[in-house]
Amino acid sequence: MMKQIIAGLGLAALLPALALAECAEVSQGDLSIRAAWSRATIGTARPAVFYVTIQNNGSTDDRLTGIETSVAGMPMLHETVMTDGVASMPHATAIDIPAGETVSLAPGGFHGMLMDLEEELKEGESFPVALQFEKAGEVSIDTEVLPIRAREAACGATP
Amino acid sequence: MLKTIRIALWIAVAASLVGVATLLWHKDRQEQAAAFRPEFSLPDEAGTIRTTEEFKGKHVLVFFGFTNCPDICPTTMSEVAQIMDDLGPQADDVQPIFISVDPARDRESGLNEYLAAFHPAILGLAGDEAQTRAAVESFKVFADPEKTASAPGGYTMSHSSSLYLLGPEGDWLRQFEYGTSADDITADLKERL
Repeated sequence: MMKQIIAGLGLAALLPALALAECAEVSQGDLSIRAAWSRATIGTARPAVFYVTIQNNGSTDDRLTGIETSVAGMPMLHETVMTDGVASMPHATAIDIPAGETVSLAPGGFHGMLMDLEEELKEGESFPVALQFEKAGEVSIDTEVLPIRAREAACGATP
Repeated sequence: MLKTIRIALWIAVAASLVGVATLLWHKDRQEQAAAFRPEFSLPDEAGTIRTTEEFKGKHVLVFFGFTNCPDICPTTMSEVAQIMDDLGPQADDVQPIFISVDPARDRESGLNEYLAAFHPAILGLAGDEAQTRAAVESFKVFADPEKTASAPGGYTMSHSSSLYLLGPEGDWLRQFEYGTSADDITADLKERL
């Protein structure tokens, strides 16, 4: 009996760790990129979203200047800006990734807007997104498609 | 002399009574003005006109949005879905409503299918331009198309991003600004239900 309880507790501790481990992390130069996720879409009529966390471990600033992906004809960096409770979504020409800092593309702030979807994004699948950095160059990361109701990365975006 | 003083005192009493009455009347008027009742009259996907009147007795949670919005709108609908789940049986007394500020495009791409993916309780309404404008103005919110090359179809919508709560009498209760957690909204609703 005790054995089963211990085994159960062990599993309970291990499962979240496994879920966390599932979150892909890619490093290139001074940058580590992780927690790339999107929401499932219904068909291809509406744009999808791209969220990711970028950590700059170096001593020089870098900038994210664009994204590319095979699933969308027109991927673009946008920022949700709130002015007196009114949201607007201007195009972000570049996103600063200052030295020693972590920047997240996350709900309510910077995000990738994936327009002209080539395919429906299905929950549980993943797709590659190439991020273009001014200094670190191009970095590709596997992006998890989470349920349409997801509110954050499955693996936790904060370090 | 004494008589003059007495008359003066009575006049003072009368004056203060009039003063108090005026204050009370004024306070009452202010309270009436505070009972703000925003309204909508908009078709659902089947074309049936739905009005604020029909939801009397329920708390109504209203959001103005559009389905081509990739960030704020799905994030808020996810919160609303979480709130409805967390309310349990009390969810029957809450009606979440999504009013499209981009109605022509949203009708075309299927508003119900989209909202049902978040939660089947969310009612989607998409009117014509005049009906939508009337609802936006009645709620004293903001929604305007913005021309831009960096959005599908060449335009996007700037829109008020809060959730608005109406009481069982259709009276305005409060707004929850974007970013208010589902837990906080659920707790607030549970206190009222």
